[in-house]
Amino acid sequence: MSMSTAHLGKVAKPGKSVLEQAKFAELNSVPALLARNAREFKNAPAYREKEYGIWQSWTWEDTAEEIEALALGLLNLGVNEGDHIAVIGRNRPYLYWSMVAAQMVGAVPVPLYQDANAEEMAYVLGHCGARFVIAGDQEQVDKVIEVQEDLHQFEHMIYLDPRGMRKYDHTRLHEYEHVQVQGRAAFDELEKELKRRVEAANWDTTCVMLYTSGTTGKPKGVVLSNRNIVVTAQNSSDFDHLKRDEEILAYLPMAWVGDFIFSMGQAMWAGFCVNCPESPETMMTDLREIGPSYYFAPPRIFETQLTQVMIRMEDAGNFKRKMFHYFMEHAKKVGPKMLDGESVGLMDKLKYAVGEVTTYGPLKSALGFSKVRVGYTAGEAIGPEIFEFYRSLGINLKQLYGQTEAGVFITQQPDGQVRNDTVGVPSPGVEVKIGDNGEVFYRSPGTFVEYYKNPESTADTKDAEGWVATGDAGFFEEDTGHLRIIDRAKDVGKMADGRLFAPKYVENKLKFFPDILEAVVFGDGRDTCTAFINIDLTAVGNWAERNNIAYASYQELAGHPEVYGSIASHIAEVNKSVAQDPMLSGCQIHRFLILHKELDADDGEMTRTRKVRRKIVAEKFDDLITALYDGSSEISTVTEVTYEDGRKGSISATLELRDVEVQADQKMAAE
Amino acid sequence: MSVTDLEPYTTEDGREIGGVVMEMKNITLRFGGVVAIKDISFDIRQGEIRAIIGPNGAGKSSMLNVISGFYTPSEGQVWYQGQPRPAMKPFEIARQGVARTFQNIALFEGMSTLDNIMTGRLTHMKSSMLSQGLWWGKAQQEEAKHREVVEKVIDFLEIQNIRKTPVGRLPYGLKKRVELARALAAEPQILLLDEPMAGMNVEEKEDMSRFILDVNDEFGTTIALIEHDMGVVMDLSDRVVVMDYGKKIGDGTPDEVRNNQDVIDAYLGVAN
Repeated sequence: MSMSTAHLGKVAKPGKSVLEQAKFAELNSVPALLARNAREFKNAPAYREKEYGIWQSWTWEDTAEEIEALALGLLNLGVNEGDHIAVIGRNRPYLYWSMVAAQMVGAVPVPLYQDANAEEMAYVLGHCGARFVIAGDQEQVDKVIEVQEDLHQFEHMIYLDPRGMRKYDHTRLHEYEHVQVQGRAAFDELEKELKRRVEAANWDTTCVMLYTSGTTGKPKGVVLSNRNIVVTAQNSSDFDHLKRDEEILAYLPMAWVGDFIFSMGQAMWAGFCVNCPESPETMMTDLREIGPSYYFAPPRIFETQLTQVMIRMEDAGNFKRKMFHYFMEHAKKVGPKMLDGESVGLMDKLKYAVGEVTTYGPLKSALGFSKVRVGYTAGEAIGPEIFEFYRSLGINLKQLYGQTEAGVFITQQPDGQVRNDTVGVPSPGVEVKIGDNGEVFYRSPGTFVEYYKNPESTADTKDAEGWVATGDAGFFEEDTGHLRIIDRAKDVGKMADGRLFAPKYVENKLKFFPDILEAVVFGDGRDTCTAFINIDLTAVGNWAERNNIAYASYQELAGHPEVYGSIASHIAEVNKSVAQDPMLSGCQIHRFLILHKELDADDGEMTRTRKVRRKIVAEKFDDLITALYDGSSEISTVTEVTYEDGRKGSISATLELRDVEVQADQKMAAE
Repeated sequence: MSVTDLEPYTTEDGREIGGVVMEMKNITLRFGGVVAIKDISFDIRQGEIRAIIGPNGAGKSSMLNVISGFYTPSEGQVWYQGQPRPAMKPFEIARQGVARTFQNIALFEGMSTLDNIMTGRLTHMKSSMLSQGLWWGKAQQEEAKHREVVEKVIDFLEIQNIRKTPVGRLPYGLKKRVELARALAAEPQILLLDEPMAGMNVEEKEDMSRFILDVNDEFGTTIALIEHDMGVVMDLSDRVVVMDYGKKIGDGTPDEVRNNQDVIDAYLGVAN
């Protein structure tokens, strides 16, 4: 059998490559950085990917050759300057190379979320008018073919893995390797043109266009220039002293700005190696094998990993479990202090050292965090316990605050000044100010150029002086100078009695409980707050197993009286904590229900980055919200669901609604 | 049977079907006084997906066991690649390029997925048992070579994440896939699948169907399968043999079989 997508062996180069010939006045584009890396770092590893059970690797020289061959191939296919080239697939070296090859020929790479359905994909492809698509495999190719009728500018598609597509009509379809072979063959005729295009890039030409996930409305195409990406990569690499010998695992969606900065911007700037997992399912194993020194994950991943550790410890033997809890207790006490460079007693240090050998070390190794020097989490608030857990193990986990429009970085935490409830100080080169309404504004070299074909939105977001509205409400702490984010500015509302309604503030507190996966709080303009809860199937399922509670489905488990009871007690706890703050005490949750389905991006209830679309959820489950406020004790409902392959179905359920204990606050007490 | 024309042809979806690669000629199989298969003849063509269907107890699995050489027919002959096949041990037949999966999964539960699939390479291993046991000399190089084939199968069936998991810990659907992987690792000419979708949910069935089609498409492997799920059979196969009480009652394309009165009677029963 012959099934190989492995790269072709090196082909004898016809004289000097274009990247060697090209003259770059400054390091002001990704291809310029690539040329430097190939020249200076030569045989150091640039990319690795696990395939066929082995880590395959490419040096900087190999990488430059591969990318140039593809760039020539793209020219050969007729890519014009300014064309948009969509890139869709899981994290693979070939797809990162596709983006650089696109930049070399003066086109704009547009990475797309690989789990987007055909309809969502059609919108983005249509909006940017992509003439070319580079897709990972049959699944992605099929989606594009499904919608190509409506894409008037779409012309050619290039695919990586030929599996299943041998019999497809190949008039507009090309295999990645063939495009490279044809590009190499046409070197002599295309050499000059490619050199001209590579040299034409400057600080202000477009580096990449990224579509925002869009918690509201249609996604917007954020245009980021070479200045945005390269300067941001430089500043942020300096901030954390990123060097050539860092190792990272590229596993977050390529369409997300964070991945573009970490796996492309910073990797190219600092010259470190980008490792791609074998498949999305093997990510944890691959993480362990690579042992990254620089690591990024949204809170959700840290939560999942912690949940898994806890579940496995519950299943472990008595001795191991006791040892784990004993040393974790100690780690919580002194670990974070030691990480921040504060002094701790000698005995504590010794005990920590013993813990390191028996518990922390093996645990970090199992998690793949043994070598993490700098770790970041962002995107959502992270639970204090989760955050402390990792820090107490000696993992330098920090928080940053950013967005696509900023080229990620707005604020971040310097080493030694890490706290759970702030997002740090303004990143190098970034100015931050707080508006009159509490909204956070910033201005930086990373500030995006515009929203593509959407001048109104651009004008709404970015003013003439370059200040960008983040849409988040926050404030600077007076004593530390760290920024604290409260909520999305537009989500912050008023209760009927005028008190502040900050749903995310409460939801985050709820989500810190391992058995609550998602929470959506309602109450804007009403007398009381209510909530939808999504349970975490892993955590609650494990609990059910240990307590011999039988269940056949998510829906059944979600409706179990004991599950309701334990969620109610969590909410009561959160209410106590919310009641502490007189400003926010109105946000206590009076009634709740556990949803019969998990909120899902396929149903439009969440964005692809898994943020809840509040409005859509409210519209879709309108009947449930009504029931939460009319005092009924149960409600029957039917919900439409979308399966992964796009088909629709529906589920019906009868849900229980339950009251929760609330704390009397000052206002009520006064009455 | 309508496909009497034995010239190679191309199917609607572009697959090439060649000449006859295996032919059952008047096969009868008896166990003592019980006649499991009664005078059945049919052929399997190069590159096609051939299904054997029938109600419970029709003799389908017995037929598959005859093809794989586990049973020797009481009467009649199996012709393989243009020649009558003498009575052989199953491993000898496996060496000739016939691999199979089982109705009741037959994997080594305590071994990892990888090791289980490696056993599929046994028929291709040439180094001596001693050399393999000591993992020395030729056996080392050989293992690397075989591992490469196995890794390609693992990649093909998308089971990288369970490479090192003991098979006993896997859910049923995945075990089925590991079994298919082991059969594929033997790089067979003919792949025999005994109820590949039994006990699967819709999603697992869809996955398995896709893998079967991909195997046939990608490697040109001839596939003979037994399956109960009619929808799956009719969608997947090029030709179908229908058995009932050990006899052949129909043979042809899915459409022909669907409209065959004997087949309808066998499945729905006859009004008396």
